[in-house]
Amino acid sequence: MNTTAPLSRRLALCLALALVTAACGNGDAPSETTDTPADAGSDDLVTIRLVTHDSFNASEDVLAAFTQDTGIGVEVVPLGDAGSLVNQAILRAGDPPGDVLYGIDNTFLSRATDAELFTAYEAEGLDHVDPKFVPDAKHAVTPIDFGDVCINYDREWFADNDLAVPENLDALTEPDYAGLLAVQNPATSSPGLAFLLASVEHFGEDAYLDFWQDLRDNDVLVTNDWSQAYYEEFTLVGGERPLVVSYASSPPAEVYFADPQPDVAPTGVMDRSCFRQIEYAGILAGTEYETEAQQLIDFLLTPTFQEDVPLNMFVFPVTTDAALPDVFAEHAVIPDDPFELDPDTIGAQRDTWIEAWTATVLR
Amino acid sequence: MDRDGSALIIARARTAARSAGPAVVRAAPVVPIAFLAVFFVWPVVRIVGTGLAPEGTPALGAFVEVLTDPITARVAWFTLWQAVASTVLTVVIALPGAYAFSRLKFRGAGIVSAGVMIPFVLPTVVVASAFLALLGPRSPINDMLALVPGMPDVSVDLRRTVTAILIAHVFFNYAVIVRTVGGLWAHLDPRMEAAARLLGASRWRAFSDVTLPLLRPAIAASAAIVFLFTFTSFGVVLLLGGPQRATIEVEIHRATTQLLDLPMAAALAMLQLTAVVAALAIYGRLARRRTTQSLVATAIGVRRPRTRAERAFLAANLAVIALLLAAPLLVLIERSFATETGWDTDHYRALFTPDASVLSIAPWQAIRNTIVFACGAALIALIVGGIAATAATRPDSRGAQLLDRALMVPLGTSAVTVGFGFLLAFRHPPLDVFEAVWLVPVAQALIATPFVVRTLLPVLRSIDPRLRDAAAVLGATPGQVWREVDLPIVSRAALVAAGFAFAVSAGEFGATVFIARSDWPTMPVAIFRLLGRPGITHFGQAMAMSTLLMAVTAAVIIAIDRVRVGQVGRF
Repeated sequence: MNTTAPLSRRLALCLALALVTAACGNGDAPSETTDTPADAGSDDLVTIRLVTHDSFNASEDVLAAFTQDTGIGVEVVPLGDAGSLVNQAILRAGDPPGDVLYGIDNTFLSRATDAELFTAYEAEGLDHVDPKFVPDAKHAVTPIDFGDVCINYDREWFADNDLAVPENLDALTEPDYAGLLAVQNPATSSPGLAFLLASVEHFGEDAYLDFWQDLRDNDVLVTNDWSQAYYEEFTLVGGERPLVVSYASSPPAEVYFADPQPDVAPTGVMDRSCFRQIEYAGILAGTEYETEAQQLIDFLLTPTFQEDVPLNMFVFPVTTDAALPDVFAEHAVIPDDPFELDPDTIGAQRDTWIEAWTATVLR
Repeated sequence: MDRDGSALIIARARTAARSAGPAVVRAAPVVPIAFLAVFFVWPVVRIVGTGLAPEGTPALGAFVEVLTDPITARVAWFTLWQAVASTVLTVVIALPGAYAFSRLKFRGAGIVSAGVMIPFVLPTVVVASAFLALLGPRSPINDMLALVPGMPDVSVDLRRTVTAILIAHVFFNYAVIVRTVGGLWAHLDPRMEAAARLLGASRWRAFSDVTLPLLRPAIAASAAIVFLFTFTSFGVVLLLGGPQRATIEVEIHRATTQLLDLPMAAALAMLQLTAVVAALAIYGRLARRRTTQSLVATAIGVRRPRTRAERAFLAANLAVIALLLAAPLLVLIERSFATETGWDTDHYRALFTPDASVLSIAPWQAIRNTIVFACGAALIALIVGGIAATAATRPDSRGAQLLDRALMVPLGTSAVTVGFGFLLAFRHPPLDVFEAVWLVPVAQALIATPFVVRTLLPVLRSIDPRLRDAAAVLGATPGQVWREVDLPIVSRAALVAAGFAFAVSAGEFGATVFIARSDWPTMPVAIFRLLGRPGITHFGQAMAMSTLLMAVTAAVIIAIDRVRVGQVGRF
């Protein structure tokens, strides 16, 4: 063996290591700081942490405006889906993962209030909020936005097949609509749970399982998550189901993100199928920055934030003085009388209903 | 020099090799032990402990209840058999590939070898979408079947079946077998098989009696990894198996994130852990036989296919790759370019236009984060795994072998258990999950380290110890022995290991999603965000991001593959 071989090997290895470390070192320096003024480095600036779900989105200048006005920086920390978010916060109760939690909805609220997760606060902008959104007078949480989970239908498919869109939930079990509906598993999906709750409210606790048995006989399709039902099974994108459980805000989303934007949304909403989800924000008990957290809650109810909500998260503002963007005003449906259940009832029965549903539909 | 004299010198050199530099050599295993203890054992103990003893005192009622529930038994049985079936199927399909791609020379071998790694990094939710298109009634496969004359009018629909789960598991794990086993195969001395053939053994006999035993450690090691991966399968089962099927992992996820039933989650996590440890014990028995053999430079073993049968064999393996791996990937690429009016780059442009995208960061930032985290994870895994593998090859290495087994356990542990464990265990600086960005590569390295150990160990073990002795006799310190003997031989394997570690980390989602902060999203996290939004263009953008992820992965793997180390050549 000649003596140069080990050297060349060593060089090659060094090169490889250098490659790895260079690529690693590369990114360490930038983006350590975000672009928000909160991280600009001034010492007297307090930064509070907003823990939320993965779907949270806000325009950059909106949170920056809050920082500008109050001198309080906001760091957004997503903690998985809504269920995951609430459960993580409960696990760290007393030693919270942040100062304000945003994104808990009425299907999970009782679990958090039972765990005394929040410090009560009566927000300043509450007088502009429709009282029906406020859960109780204790103000553990503040309503911020709402949305309806509804069956969406493919307009073109129903026109082409000369079939009427089903009027209400009862119609879904008719032979005409066999094999047309895709829903999500309520054990793994938030809209799936909302639709199950809609059926409980419509048919009552005694009869909702009969409805699901009939739906199963009528070849309902169950997927484990929303994107699978919407992007794989819906006829809009080449699937086979012209009816799918989604949101009342999905039609405006289809218009808004299309290029060119159509005059009429390609999908419609069956408004006798909707269940209302209300999202709340609350101050996590144990925070060091209670005053600052209160200011953030107040800010979430200002028109600045409320008007930013629709196009970022595709939900509706809860305040009456927030103007809706054109695409929402034109294409969104706010059902007159959606199904609603009070958070305590949901909290007490949720797991039982899901178990019974699983036994009826899946086994 | 007389015989006694040389024996004495060797004995002295051995003693010197073992005792010299004890501080470094002896203490080295502390690194992997500490790594495992702090970043795996501690968080898991915290979360499982909270489940088993919610008020500080053990409450085993729920534990017993869960474990005696017939539904748990059904879930556990399904988890086990689908994992065994997936592992066997993967080995059977990929082993010929390991031979074809390590021994036969053909054009484009480098691209194929890097390409098989791509499935590894893709988020399950993206792959599921491609599989649904291929396995559904409107798949191109059915279109082709319809063209066959005389074919009865049957339409294959494998959506929401166990078959779909098994096919997807082979898709994800093909590379593990091909690259780990193929890596060793390329270095086996072909003259041994040739000698057996010369002595009258049939081709099959020569393979089964000579080659197979030599490959056994690598096969056992890679099969063990595939088993652990499929045993804890989450996304594939959730998205392709339909809502009727669940693995223990799916149930742990549901109990933790949806029900917040920690006693149930803890009981299931213990059940999963027990099964994983049992599986590792079986693997330990299979891999116990050591093989000392002379490895050779690949140049000797690799050649062009000579006979028609060999060419057909190679073609068959390439066809498997085309159908099983390339087809789903092509579906994704096609979708990333598909627009209402044909094919265009609309989705890519939308991705890079801030206002048209729901991503709060520019896509190149997600690309950079992915590369930075994955490189960091690969580096950590190389250090931790390299030390562990080196320790495991020392003669008195019972403890090291235990460590080697222990490093495999994170692979078989539920990501949500680790994720929630991090949340409970790391609350304060410097170990605060929300402050310490570096915890992301650390969590990813937990999953990547076993790959490093598994890839390095068979090669390290086949180094003739006499080589080390000889070096020691000639006066080399243990450090020099390692540098001059071990390192040149393993450096190629180390690069393969680095490639694996990079890919595993780049694609890791389950644990990353719990600790990745919003200003540091990785590409899989970005894809997940895009898929969660209505608006068909988001679907297209998710596909575009997936295609970019494929490109980044392929580029990195090809770059790593290109690095040649001395004479050992392609691995």
